[in-house]
Amino acid sequence: MQLRKVTAASAAVLALALTATACGSDKKDSGSGDGKKITIGIKIDQPGIGLKTPDGKFAGFDVDVATYVAKELGYKAEDIVFKETKSADRETAIERGDVKFIAASYSINDERLQKVDFAGPYLLAHQDILVRADDDSIKSPEDLNNKKLCSVTGSTSAKNVKDKLAPKAQLQTYGGYSECLTGLENKVIDALTTDDSILAGYASQANFQGKFKLAGFKMTNENYGIGLKKGDADLKKKVNDALTKMVSDGSWEKAVKANFGPANYKNEPAPKIGNIVK
Amino acid sequence: MFDFLKGYDLLGAFWVTVQLTVYSALGSLIWGTLLAGMKVSPVPLMRGFATAYVNVVRNIPLTVIIVFSSLGLYQTLGVMLGADVIDDINFRLAVLALAAYTAAFVCEALRSGINTVPVGQAEAARALGLSFTQVLRLIILPQAFRAVVNPLSNVLIALTKNTTVASAIGVVEASYLMKDMIEAEAQLILISAVFAFGFIVLTLPTGLILGWVSKKVAVKR
Amino acid sequence: MSSVLYDAQGPRAKQRNILYTVLFVLCAAAVVWWVYDGLAEKHQLDWIKWKPFFTSSQPWETYIWPGLQSTLKAAFFALIIALPLGALFGVGRLSDHRWVRVPAGVVVEFFRAIPVLILMIIANAVYSEYTNINTDDRPLYAVVTGLVLYNASVLAEIVRAGIHTLPKGQGEAAKALGMRKGQTMVFVLLPQAVTAMLPAIVSQLVVIVKDTALGGAVMTFPELLASVRPMAANYGANTIACFTVIALIYLLVNFALTSFASWLERWLRRNKKGKGTAPGGAPETVGTPSLVVDDGRAV
Repeated sequence: MQLRKVTAASAAVLALALTATACGSDKKDSGSGDGKKITIGIKIDQPGIGLKTPDGKFAGFDVDVATYVAKELGYKAEDIVFKETKSADRETAIERGDVKFIAASYSINDERLQKVDFAGPYLLAHQDILVRADDDSIKSPEDLNNKKLCSVTGSTSAKNVKDKLAPKAQLQTYGGYSECLTGLENKVIDALTTDDSILAGYASQANFQGKFKLAGFKMTNENYGIGLKKGDADLKKKVNDALTKMVSDGSWEKAVKANFGPANYKNEPAPKIGNIVK
Repeated sequence: MFDFLKGYDLLGAFWVTVQLTVYSALGSLIWGTLLAGMKVSPVPLMRGFATAYVNVVRNIPLTVIIVFSSLGLYQTLGVMLGADVIDDINFRLAVLALAAYTAAFVCEALRSGINTVPVGQAEAARALGLSFTQVLRLIILPQAFRAVVNPLSNVLIALTKNTTVASAIGVVEASYLMKDMIEAEAQLILISAVFAFGFIVLTLPTGLILGWVSKKVAVKR
Repeated sequence: MSSVLYDAQGPRAKQRNILYTVLFVLCAAAVVWWVYDGLAEKHQLDWIKWKPFFTSSQPWETYIWPGLQSTLKAAFFALIIALPLGALFGVGRLSDHRWVRVPAGVVVEFFRAIPVLILMIIANAVYSEYTNINTDDRPLYAVVTGLVLYNASVLAEIVRAGIHTLPKGQGEAAKALGMRKGQTMVFVLLPQAVTAMLPAIVSQLVVIVKDTALGGAVMTFPELLASVRPMAANYGANTIACFTVIALIYLLVNFALTSFASWLERWLRRNKKGKGTAPGGAPETVGTPSLVVDDGRAV
């Protein structure tokens, strides 16, 4: 029976495929469960903020803050489960309880405050642009007219510039900042725009040191907060206490220097808890 | 009920989709025919090239090819295709990438069309003293094209839908606008319906008209 | 090598061929040189950009392999869900009852007309709005849903075409044995059609694997293509190197699938010849001998 042979062959192939894929999906802890592990939402593709490093660990300022806070909440470093939360998914992840809290370049704004609560802020960032170190032609945001400006799909940063500051700027959007940087490095793109903390993170990378600089335009105020479930006042207070302690014992300053230092990024002083700069 | 469309250039976005489709269809038809010609040519190297091209291009996701056209050709090699504004450059690069990708499928369709032409046709042509290019140009391809109108119309429909991938390099076509609208507006189902309807309007008539054409031009054997 | 399209080559034709070959090689070399020169000038070929892939297993373990797993997982689920659905709709379109045939046809044509990317975006938004799926799993659900809706309708057409290629006698003989229409379909026609269409089905798997990349590029599905993002962010935005490596992996995986499809097709053909009256085999489009030697590819 030829049919049976074919069926058997395809069954074997399917079984192989199943086992090949099954071993990848080891169960992760769902976070708010047994109280031993804690799941924290971060970014995994932003150097300096939150980045998955080649050894499979995570590094960046947000990661340092999250680790410090988790430690203050009584979790050991090995009990922390970091999980990627994309920008569009952050509110949902918190509402559903997929994560205990989120530290992922998460700016506090009114729209988000309707869905989640924020502890902090723990960093005041500004929208800025990154240019090549030898490019002195952009001295004010208005100089971006007729320049090629890059940002990522779905981000409002580039639109901000075009609508308010430089209506003749040409926009290029890509799926990730790395593509923009390739263009910037190759002198096809003139500037990359997003929060200065993210830009500083990129510019501090070993491969880029000395190649790019921040222009220092403070085009917006971004108050990074720690997002948590609406109404969880207890957690909010604990996280705020942890953040206050982080600043007072010098860990905050150390984390900023370690993650953004090499880019000559002049960080704002540590913000006061609850003090949101509009 | 359709207030949410206000402030969005829906027709403009679909017009970009149509333009992407038309230009890449023409490009892929030309390049695909050349590839098919190479594939049956007497020069072994050209045959090898066409086969390799088809196999490589068919097996790589279109997204990768389109991102490469922007990142590799434009950002690195400085190819701007005669435009100087980013929007135009991206549009032309997207057309180039779509044409390069679709040509592989056009080539395959044409080759199967060449197979439907009876051997006697080519033999008779050679007996008359026609050269390879003449045989192909005057005898084989005209008959092959008439046989593959249907497969080519499927390729064209696939191309129409594939233009949505151009959003990956920032070409503001229908799917790009749709994603923006879903993020900004609340009427999820209505937005989806509008865009689904738009694509049906674009693809269904293509299929029907070309299906009718294929019956009209079919070589009676 | 000779073909009916051109005469056996004499000395002059051979010389001309050599000339064409040389010209072709020169053109190709010029293009390759231009690309190489351009990349080198922009420092895209610098060792530091490529080093991570060659000197360490870390990028493979941390980014590429998990990405490839997600890609294969999504493709696999999409195929096993789409296959029975496709068979159902394919058979539905052949039904004697108008009320089955017409809706099945409408559904198939509808989902064939809409881009997969748009289906995925809609599925993602619907899941996020109306269901309570974990944010980790939602992109996978959305990608698989989009792929299933589209590919089920393509597979429906493949199955329908497969049933059409079967000899009429198969259905008539089943009828003569007193089988009902449903029985004929399930026990006689469908198994033969699916077997005959196996190569086309495997080829469709290539399309599915390629389309998973849409989920990474435009949505947030962490598949192979999306693994470029954290990878390039770590290695100093070596996007050209990353995309090249990823493209090669797609090429290898899909080439393996395509080769499997053509092997399957040859194997089915061979077995058909051996048995004489066995099921359909690949659909032969021409009665006349073909002008070009077919390399046995399915689609």
